[in-house]
Amino acid sequence: MWTWFHKLASPPHFYRLAGLWIPWFLGTAVVFMVVGLYSGLVLAPADYQQGDAFRIIYVHVPAAYLSLLAYMVMAVASLIGLIWRMKLAHAVAVSAAPIGASFTFLALATGSLWGKPMWGTWWEWSDPRMLSELILLFMYFGFMTLRSNISERSRADKAGAVLAIVGVVNVVLVHYSVEWWNTLHQGQTVMNSDAKMPASMLTPLLIMILAFSLFFGAVMLQRLRGEVLLREGGARWARRLANEQAIEGAAT
Amino acid sequence: MKGAPRLLEQAAEPILRPVDTFRTVLGRELTLAYRRPADFLNPLFFFLVVTSLFPVAISPLKETLMLIGPGVLWIAVLLSALLPLSTHYGQDFDDGTLEQYLLSGQSLVAICIAKTVALWLVAGLPLVLASLVVASSYGLGPTVFGTLSITLAAGSYALCALGAVAAALTVGMQRASALIALLVLPLMVPVLIFGTQAVSLEATNMVSKGPMYLALAVTVLAATLCPFATAAALRISME
Repeated sequence: MWTWFHKLASPPHFYRLAGLWIPWFLGTAVVFMVVGLYSGLVLAPADYQQGDAFRIIYVHVPAAYLSLLAYMVMAVASLIGLIWRMKLAHAVAVSAAPIGASFTFLALATGSLWGKPMWGTWWEWSDPRMLSELILLFMYFGFMTLRSNISERSRADKAGAVLAIVGVVNVVLVHYSVEWWNTLHQGQTVMNSDAKMPASMLTPLLIMILAFSLFFGAVMLQRLRGEVLLREGGARWARRLANEQAIEGAAT
Repeated sequence: MKGAPRLLEQAAEPILRPVDTFRTVLGRELTLAYRRPADFLNPLFFFLVVTSLFPVAISPLKETLMLIGPGVLWIAVLLSALLPLSTHYGQDFDDGTLEQYLLSGQSLVAICIAKTVALWLVAGLPLVLASLVVASSYGLGPTVFGTLSITLAAGSYALCALGAVAAALTVGMQRASALIALLVLPLMVPVLIFGTQAVSLEATNMVSKGPMYLALAVTVLAATLCPFATAAALRISME
């Protein structure tokens, strides 16, 4: 197990493995997404209060879930990178940030599309979760801007890592503070014992969350490959790889 | 070769207790501020100008001013306290003091706490006092003064502590102030929410203890954890 782990951390090995995994992640993501969307948009019954408008939940909730998950991935990777000085960990944090920011944006966009028919407004300042997602988006921006302002990569890695770790405490704090401040958002639907979601609605949602997570994995691996190549550009394995691909490109 | 380590030993300063390090650095920072009053006068003037623009821009009616007062004061304090952050470690970096701090072997966390406390005394505390004057001009009576000054004192300290992390991360960068604002303001949201809520509740004669204690709790968290992050960030920035 540990040797496997150590091997994974070696860039050329990881690069090759990630290349093998991506089609699997992407393939299963597409399959789950098709199944989830079909059962969510066609098979699931319309909500008795919200009608068909509730169906946006099948994009909104997975996006919101992954926007938080990506930040957690970023923070944990940053911690590992700072403590064990694992190069790959910093690459993970860097790759997770733009994906997380995109999911955050998607969650905000779908949320405001949903808010229009339900609450009659695109943007509701008194809603706690919208506000905490917005703050999360700003924190992703802060992480990426800080990194892009530091030219030296190892310094950017560590500075970004400190910020991500400070930020993860803030994500939790913001979540609860806005929750106590004001609540308009409908309560949790997935893990709520009072208002249970019927299985016909819940199953597609869980499938969609799984599909989004797999998609996140695939994009993450692809970005990581690029990041690893960028960092190891001068290494012998990377140059050999470039040569091989140049020869292949010339042949075709 | 043999003499070299001993020579180093002799040259090195004795390692102080963290408390003494704290006292020394605090004294230095306050002396510097005393000799360069612009450092703490600038945020104060900025605060006064900004808060006097709100009644002009929104409405001079007392009802409106009482309504927006707590939020305006809070945001004005936050923005004013952001101003000195870019030079907080920047000046020490430019003149080489920061390097000597790191090389000295003294507790870097103690140095960071001392600098944060000095920053708050110099830039935060005057803003809190000024906010009481502005508050009374907005029609917020003496009844809110207690809550307002306590939450603002806590909030401005939290800003200094969090701002120190951002300042340490951006040390040596050109034009760091906009980046510092982007890094710090999202981190201030919890304190801002509880602080303004406490003042607003107090202004409408309701119980404000709950949010006030939460604002204080978040400040304590920031005040205790941030110096460690600041010290780590300084080490990274000075590599």
